[in-house]
Amino acid sequence: MERKFERLQEIIESHQGKVAHLIAILQEVQEEYRYLPEEVLTYIATAMKVSPATVYGVATFYAQFSLIPKGKYVIRVCDGTACHVRGSEPIHFALRENLGLTGGESTTGDMQFTVETVSCLGACGLAPVVVINGDEVHGQTTPESIVGAIKRIVSLEKQGESKSPSETGCCQNA
Amino acid sequence: MSSNGKLIIDGREIDIQGEKNLLEIIRRAGINLPTFCYHSELSIYGACRLCLVETDKMGLVAACSTPPQEGMVIRTNTLRTRRLRKMVIELLLANHERECTTCSRSGRCKLQLLAHQLGVKEVRFGKRDKKVPLDLTSPSIVRDPNKCILCGDCVRMCKEVQGLGIWDFAHRGSKTVVTTAFDKELSDVACVNCGQCVSVCPTGALTVKSEIDKVWNAIHDPDKIVVAQIAPAVRVALGEEFGLNAGEDVTGKIVAGLKLIGVGRVFDTLFTADMTTIEEANELLVRLEKNENLPIFTSCCPAWVKYCEQFHADLLPNVSSCRSPQQMFGSVVKKYYAKKLNKRPEDVFVLSIMPCVAKKFEAQRPEFTTGGVPDVDAVLTTVEIAQMFKEASIDFTALPNKAFDNPLGVGSGAALIFGASGGVMESVVRYVSGLTGGDEVGRIDFLPVRGMEGIKKAYVKAGGKILKLAVVNGLANTEKLISMLKSGEASFDAIEVMSCPGGCVGGGGQPEVNDTVARTRRAGEIYEMDRVQQLHKPQDNYFVVKAFEEWFGGVNNHETHHALHTTYVPRRRINGKPFIMNDSQSQRLQVSVCLGTGCYLRGAYDVIKEFNDLAENRGIAGQIEINGTFCLEKCDNGVSVNVNDEIITGVSPENAGEIFINKISPLVDKNLR
Repeated sequence: MERKFERLQEIIESHQGKVAHLIAILQEVQEEYRYLPEEVLTYIATAMKVSPATVYGVATFYAQFSLIPKGKYVIRVCDGTACHVRGSEPIHFALRENLGLTGGESTTGDMQFTVETVSCLGACGLAPVVVINGDEVHGQTTPESIVGAIKRIVSLEKQGESKSPSETGCCQNA
Repeated sequence: MSSNGKLIIDGREIDIQGEKNLLEIIRRAGINLPTFCYHSELSIYGACRLCLVETDKMGLVAACSTPPQEGMVIRTNTLRTRRLRKMVIELLLANHERECTTCSRSGRCKLQLLAHQLGVKEVRFGKRDKKVPLDLTSPSIVRDPNKCILCGDCVRMCKEVQGLGIWDFAHRGSKTVVTTAFDKELSDVACVNCGQCVSVCPTGALTVKSEIDKVWNAIHDPDKIVVAQIAPAVRVALGEEFGLNAGEDVTGKIVAGLKLIGVGRVFDTLFTADMTTIEEANELLVRLEKNENLPIFTSCCPAWVKYCEQFHADLLPNVSSCRSPQQMFGSVVKKYYAKKLNKRPEDVFVLSIMPCVAKKFEAQRPEFTTGGVPDVDAVLTTVEIAQMFKEASIDFTALPNKAFDNPLGVGSGAALIFGASGGVMESVVRYVSGLTGGDEVGRIDFLPVRGMEGIKKAYVKAGGKILKLAVVNGLANTEKLISMLKSGEASFDAIEVMSCPGGCVGGGGQPEVNDTVARTRRAGEIYEMDRVQQLHKPQDNYFVVKAFEEWFGGVNNHETHHALHTTYVPRRRINGKPFIMNDSQSQRLQVSVCLGTGCYLRGAYDVIKEFNDLAENRGIAGQIEINGTFCLEKCDNGVSVNVNDEIITGVSPENAGEIFINKISPLVDKNLR
């Protein structure tokens, strides 16, 4: 984590602490931490000489920013019109059931998986689409195929061969 | 945009007189277009859409954010504009909790008023179904999000006038709310309780925390005697709550009203304001002689004191140690006057009537107690005391004038002007001039410090020395002045700070409308009252001089320091968890470096880096855990570091190595053994 704190300061300095760069700074910081922790946002406000309420306002305005921790694997199920009519709902349901997510939960207790929906990924020809960590695209998915993909990730994790989240660019929002 | 020329408003030709927007011209033309989000003292936001007008070339525009143009044809009153205005109100009402009769803003609510004025008889849209909890954590301000109409007035007031930015918009679309950072409770953020947000809030979303019931209970308690004090700015504003003009002097009526509702003794805060001047001026003279802790900052304004504790802890030694007049009064009553009454401090209920909301916070500070009970038991704002009179069915305007009780009911003109920005400074000038110049000095009217200007500077000759003085109102202006001071751009001997625009006459507890016009009128009347006051300088107040002799055996001595002075503590701005920067293994030596603003600006980040490098170099990185933390509340002494629960202050990037070698690495060695 120490390395990441240095990174935080580096990010702010690379933008010369300019308030106009706040969104870019938040994006880069989120890439480091996988979310925007409260203390980090307060630190950014302090370093940039703006009020913490302003930083909080910007961070909550955009859907791409998250103030709660996300899992190592962020799974986005497209629920745009095309994906929806071709059965994104059963896929979403199967994913949540398989990962044991209940109620309003979107992240698993072990912080491995986060399941979200997204309005359109612009890949309607491949509907229904699921994207894992921003770069792993699964097209024409079925509940069975997506559960299979999750099982592969889990077994890779067990073998300890998995890619680290920063390599997969986990927090790139679509 | 042209600064002159003519335009047509509803068929009438009107001159443009340099106005920056249509709204100002339309209002000058006698058409009082309604607005929620327009305040001439704040930036233009254009969100409420109530000032929509039709123009010939641009169609529908918001008058507040449209610059005037030569030859424009404007219609303010068309079928369309009336329909739209009505609909705006309806839409706002649909999202607003409509329990109007029990709302503390009822009767003074702008939304209620405009709904009535614009003839809204029915709300065609649904009701909000969810009720969000109220924030009752602040001693001064209550936030009810269910009543917020998102006009953003509080956001801009706090940011632009006070420079704090406690409020801001969060989330988006239908989920938008005005809230604090991280939706924290108001008592957990840097709010200084000035109440200016309450002043501009058009609805009951932000209101003053009421202490009326507590006061009624004390009045009706046969074992207690209620002793009231009235601040200077209240007497020129209270009449507004009963339909009188801003700035009308109603001192005698307030005294009469208080007696009528059963207050035992009615005294004047002016008495202890004179004490404040005398103590503070003597403190200044001592500091000038020793040439230490200059400039002196006044300490009468509790919002400024909290601001300084949070943002400029290094300046705390400069803040006068004098208690504010309110707290001096409480202390004097509980420590000395109670004995005269043969009462215990807890049986004397000190009621304070103030133009201020932050005074409620001040009264609850733990420093201000006598024998374990608070010096001031309840603080009511100008609006609250008017409410009590209304509850008691008192015909206020018909009340006869009554005089204050003795001995704490006498004050000089110098104390009266405490109510306006510059008053404390002028009072100090009067005292010092009288002290050095003797009787032949006569009356001193120190005009350069008067008026509504944000930052005022003045020079005065006293005892062969020229003193540089500054008077500032509004915390954004204060921040400007402090940065000038810190950069060496300006230097002063004494600075008066009042957080509210115009000083206490513009306090957060004053009646609406609380704008520059009202503030100027109130301040004008205060100076008018001072002009005819026989007691001009604080030392002319025989009762105060006698009190100093009788109770304290003099001024600015050990006794007065016990009863009339106080101390300050650095305070964190926001409550939060420690910020872990190193993988946690609890067996290791815990080192936390403060990353609060004060420490950050003094190079806390470089200190962490230095510590990390040294730990690495010395091969003890595995035995030590270096964290960042938010504010150890020792902000006045450079970067603070907490090592195994012991706080080391005064760390800087320059001495970080030395501190690490002498104070941190020996502990690691001990841990290993």
